[in-house]
Amino acid sequence: MGTPSDKKLIDENGLRLDGRGPDELRPIRIRTDVLERADGSAMIEWGGNKIIVAVYGPREAYPKHTQDIERAVIKARYNMAAFSVDERKRPGPDRRSVEISKVISEALTAAVMVEQFPRTQIDVFIEVVQADAGTRIASLTAASVALANAGIPMKDFVVGCTAGRVEGKVVLDLSKEEDNFGQADLPMAVLQKSGEVVLIQMDGELSKEEFDSAVAMIMDATKRIHEIQRNALVEKYQNIEAGGEE
Amino acid sequence: MIDTDDRKEIVFPGDIVEKGELNMRNGVFRSVDGSYRSQFFGIVQKGDEFVDVVPFHGTYVPRRNDKVIGKIIDIGPSMWTVDIKSPYMTMLHMNDTPWKLNSGEIKRAIGVGDYVYAKVQTVNEVKESWITLKEPGLGLRKLEGGHIIYVPAPKVPRIIGKAGSMVNMIKDATNTRIVIGQNGLIWIEGQIEGVLKATSAIELIKSMAHTNGLTDRMMEFLKIEKKGEE
Repeated sequence: MGTPSDKKLIDENGLRLDGRGPDELRPIRIRTDVLERADGSAMIEWGGNKIIVAVYGPREAYPKHTQDIERAVIKARYNMAAFSVDERKRPGPDRRSVEISKVISEALTAAVMVEQFPRTQIDVFIEVVQADAGTRIASLTAASVALANAGIPMKDFVVGCTAGRVEGKVVLDLSKEEDNFGQADLPMAVLQKSGEVVLIQMDGELSKEEFDSAVAMIMDATKRIHEIQRNALVEKYQNIEAGGEE
Repeated sequence: MIDTDDRKEIVFPGDIVEKGELNMRNGVFRSVDGSYRSQFFGIVQKGDEFVDVVPFHGTYVPRRNDKVIGKIIDIGPSMWTVDIKSPYMTMLHMNDTPWKLNSGEIKRAIGVGDYVYAKVQTVNEVKESWITLKEPGLGLRKLEGGHIIYVPAPKVPRIIGKAGSMVNMIKDATNTRIVIGQNGLIWIEGQIEGVLKATSAIELIKSMAHTNGLTDRMMEFLKIEKKGEE
């Protein structure tokens, strides 16, 4: 399981295990409309991560005590498949997935115009089919695409990325080995246009300078990731110009 | 707002929408920096007066004076609960019908599973709404017979067309009666061949609602369908 901790995570040329430079992302691919019966859906492949997100709603909030008379409630449910990790994960919600569901719900609430749909809930089902570090920000990135796909009004896109410290160097988008054997991990999500931070968590320790450079790296990466989000959504409607000139 | 020669511009949530001399209407919000931005992933439609952003998908939210088609799902002593394919159920009170009914026996007039074509009378702050069948001249009624199909509410304007041109074309070509609710439910009545033809025509509009030149293509489609019949 994993690599032994004495294995070099960064070689003498400054390249990482998978050959990336310190500020390079893993390959990201997003597709929309992957599920027939969901109001909006997206699938993201981010490095080894494979995540499916389904959005339903807005619909009447049940149980009734969860209703908010003034706004919609976003109920994200992050779930990892038993086979998504090396060693079988016990199925069902656990401490970790309840936490991630909560932070994802809160991050999405910052982008969605919840006040337009009082008394309703918007369900965001996140199924991690294959996990490879950074699932929470990959889920969030895909969830905002699925919400836009469902036609839910939003102020902005949520875009996430991680950075961390591996062998004393600050690097972007940690892979599984770097996450397990690195010294710090900083997942962060922002609203793309305003740069407002909607999720930030940290595992391990970073000095102030390291933290600043990690944040700068993430902010730069979110622009690139957002481009992928837009292309994923527009793919289906690419023929629009052709149709217009007929 | 339909079939302009202009290219239709795709916008994403948070994108700035150029308004020019026009006024902003649906699907646009004013951001903190004073610019107008899109709420949706959809297309910008510029009319003579207004700019709208129309999403590709989306649910219906009841608005006053909309005419909708709803399905009766529950009956109380004096009110029907009506499903209008929205996050919110709506209500129809027995006094808002053209019949004289007594409390407790309203199910004799309209039963569970029936469809009504009604007007939204009021909507309050928490989106509770009431519909009425009582306004004369609008054709509000209980829909007897016929077939019901559904399209997403944002696509309804394309199916109606400019001043009803599109739906009238379908009606004439297929010899059917069609009632369209703003909420996306559509009632079609006629010979079964005509109903099927009208359904496939509407499905086609649904899949191409974001393109220009739809009327021409529909004319072609309906003609081809007719030839196949002869």
